[in-house]
Amino acid sequence: MITLLEARGIGKRFGGLQALSDVSLTIGKGEIYGLIGPNGAGKTTFFNVLTGAYTPDGGEFIFNGTVLPSGKPHLVVAQGIARTFQNIRLFRELTALENVMAGHHIRTNATVWGILTQNKHTVEEERLTTERAYELLKYVGIERFATATAKNLSYGDQRRLEIARALATEPQLLALDEPAAGMNATETGQLKLLIDQIRRDGITVLLIEHDVKLVMGLCDRVAVLDFGRKIAEDVPAVVQKNEAVIGAYLGGGHKNAH
Amino acid sequence: MNELALAVPWLGKRNPQAARWLVIALAIGAPLIAMAFGRTWVRVLDFALLYILLALGLNLVVGFAGLLDLGYIAFYAVGAYTFAFLSSPHFDVHLPIWVVLPLAAGFAATAGIMLGFPVLRLRGDYLAIVTLGFGEIVRIFMNNLNYPVNITNGPQGINALDPIILFGWDLSRNIQVTEEVSINSLFLYYYFFLACVAGSIMFIQRLQISRVGRAWAAMRDDELAAKAIGINTRNMKLLAFSLGATFGGLSGALFGSFQGFVSPESFSLMESIAVLTMVVFGGMGNVAGAIVGALILSALPEILRHLAVPVQQALFGHVLLDPEVLRMLLLSLAMILMMLLRPAGLIPANAKYSHIRHLKSKGVAQ
Amino acid sequence: MEIFLQQLVNGLVVGSVYALVALGYTMVYGILGLINFAHGDLVMVGALTALQTMMFLMGVAPGMSPVAMLTLSLLVAIPVCMLLGFTMERLAYRRLRNAPRLAPLITAIGVSFLLQTLAMIIWGRNYHTFPQLISTTPVQPIEGVFVTPIQITIVIASAIIMAALILLVTKTKLGRAMRATAENHRVAALMGVDTNMIIALTFVIGAALAAIAGVMYASNYGIAHYGMGFMPGLKAFTAAVLGGIGNLGGAMLGGVVLGLVESFGAGYIEQMTFGFLNSSYQDIFAFIILGLVLIFKPTGLLGERVSDRA
Repeated sequence: MITLLEARGIGKRFGGLQALSDVSLTIGKGEIYGLIGPNGAGKTTFFNVLTGAYTPDGGEFIFNGTVLPSGKPHLVVAQGIARTFQNIRLFRELTALENVMAGHHIRTNATVWGILTQNKHTVEEERLTTERAYELLKYVGIERFATATAKNLSYGDQRRLEIARALATEPQLLALDEPAAGMNATETGQLKLLIDQIRRDGITVLLIEHDVKLVMGLCDRVAVLDFGRKIAEDVPAVVQKNEAVIGAYLGGGHKNAH
Repeated sequence: MNELALAVPWLGKRNPQAARWLVIALAIGAPLIAMAFGRTWVRVLDFALLYILLALGLNLVVGFAGLLDLGYIAFYAVGAYTFAFLSSPHFDVHLPIWVVLPLAAGFAATAGIMLGFPVLRLRGDYLAIVTLGFGEIVRIFMNNLNYPVNITNGPQGINALDPIILFGWDLSRNIQVTEEVSINSLFLYYYFFLACVAGSIMFIQRLQISRVGRAWAAMRDDELAAKAIGINTRNMKLLAFSLGATFGGLSGALFGSFQGFVSPESFSLMESIAVLTMVVFGGMGNVAGAIVGALILSALPEILRHLAVPVQQALFGHVLLDPEVLRMLLLSLAMILMMLLRPAGLIPANAKYSHIRHLKSKGVAQ
Repeated sequence: MEIFLQQLVNGLVVGSVYALVALGYTMVYGILGLINFAHGDLVMVGALTALQTMMFLMGVAPGMSPVAMLTLSLLVAIPVCMLLGFTMERLAYRRLRNAPRLAPLITAIGVSFLLQTLAMIIWGRNYHTFPQLISTTPVQPIEGVFVTPIQITIVIASAIIMAALILLVTKTKLGRAMRATAENHRVAALMGVDTNMIIALTFVIGAALAAIAGVMYASNYGIAHYGMGFMPGLKAFTAAVLGGIGNLGGAMLGGVVLGLVESFGAGYIEQMTFGFLNSSYQDIFAFIILGLVLIFKPTGLLGERVSDRA
């Protein structure tokens, strides 16, 4: 396994609450890696620290052999990590196509001067951005809504759009925060196929999920967080039988965690 | 231009091409029509174009990037005073317009960045108040920097600013075509300002449909998500502030030269609010809205001014509400009622941030 | 030393007025997350209404004692402002509670300018002399330091009013409902609090304080006009932010600190800038403080609640 991302002793505290303590894990290239745990276990905090939304109090992330900058989301995206949000966050007034085009921002470099003069590079880049965005809409299966305003899309399509927008940043690691939340069984099934497809296209996936069935069926390896600590990390079948994990999900987690 | 054509009532949706030509014809013919009512009205149109420039610039900041700037008029002031310093007898410097205009725009842009840096982390209402404070500080300095060294000439302002001279052609002089026929200087200024506005519209529309325009819209709609897709929101905000300020500076320089004098009272908070009202009234976030808002709210007070005094005199025998009061009343009511009844503005934004024509190869209908 | 003490007195007086106005800003912000831009203009309406009442009283009862006259004019000015505060909330802000974030603020700016315009229509553009009903003959508690009875009255009256407000908010049922509403509208409503009424009351109480502040301000300087509310309004807002917006004690502290900074700043600016700037730059202190606080300590001196709404 070639390591893509390594978390080394990540800690994060909010006032009196230790949201993450000393979390270390490694994600290999091409894996679908699941991060599960009860509510408030620190999964989303982990995401926020990884993607630069928060600065960790301790530890560091090594991505592709280099230390990730902390607290600078745009630099993290530039390194090749993209994310979605638990509560969908689209650019509501933009169309689906424009949402994805915005996602391509970091891979483009037209200057104000170029835009003013509409030089060859700018025009060509704009055309490619548009085409690519359309391809991505197709990829997630919502190209027929390309010119629809994002806020008017259905819930499931908004989730897909958010994934397409994240893919537009050309990530090596795609971090999905509860993508199946609020979906019905059919939609979850389609989502599963999509995530699998993304992995087969060479993008590593980090998945936070509540839907244990989805995680177990999809992930190569799973880490379990409870009260900010990693209590288990293994292939799904083993984790499923781990007593600490079962305890955590049944509510007695912190006793087993120590 | 397309947005403006689409905004033409009735015709815009049915025949955009015809609407487009109508807009162009109106823009070119407006001063001729205005002249029929008297020279004052051409002057009103000249000022309206300057307000359009201001509204376009503020719309960039407020409408596109979502940053509420209540001190915008400060950039107008920077532009006007730059012109006054570099092209008037005050310091006895008379630089050509091609040097002064870029400098005015450049200084205003620099002021925009200077304002931008400290307020980057502020959002929404705090940003509004701090920018307001910035505008007031600039005004206080304009009012008082005549002592101990006379820089701004204080509340009196600076007089006798040079006219705009293009390639040796003085726009402030009427052109004598024949003995009887002459073209008034107000027309010359009108078409020069119109050219500036047209250029600005083109530039802004290009910006809108570009990675920059999309990044601004993204930041406006959801700043956290914008960061999460790699947009450097700090730089994008600074860019919005400085580009918006550029328009303010340019407009200010033109204003100074056109009016022939500058004084601090032209740059009061009321003016910032007036420009904001224009943007809000027309519809935040779209070019057509800014233009229509600026046009209506700069011309309407003038129309009222001419109607109100005689009408009131006829009705009450004396003037109850003077024109300045009427203007304020109109602006404040426009702002409140628009927000309560039609928050999207007269022409709700249906701004485009992409060209569907780029998808022709994909078989997507245009 | 005399200059120092004199500026201390001046700062304390102005600061008390700022604090009263700041309370109105901070209460409304605490409960709605709205900067009620028009709050400063209530100061002006209070002062001008009181002035109008005094003029009337002087006409009908020329021999009336100054204290009675002042009391009566306050009894007119306060309800007028309260009604205005109530109307503002009812007609404009209530409809915008769930609107996009810039809408209420833009409306508030509109309301502010509307009030100024209406005042201009009613009272004209001129500066009016405001009768100084409490003696302005200074006493000298220390040689060279002048304090007028009106200044003493302002400081004492503000202190009493603020103490009363603190008691209201911390000790009464109404105060508890206000704090609950500020914490979370929905939950408060579920607990049986009539949040609409509480919000309206907050505006009304703030307006009453503004009216009193307006009379104090005009009495202190002896003038009143339609635009007089704007600057104190902005400064009071700054005071509220400086103290920590949403925090009552903070608003009071912020008001006094800002008054002192301004007063000392005006007194010493010429020395500090080697004569380049003079006291006509007094107004920039508030803005500079506002900028610095928001950039370096947005929660203010005493603030705990960090606004994530804005």
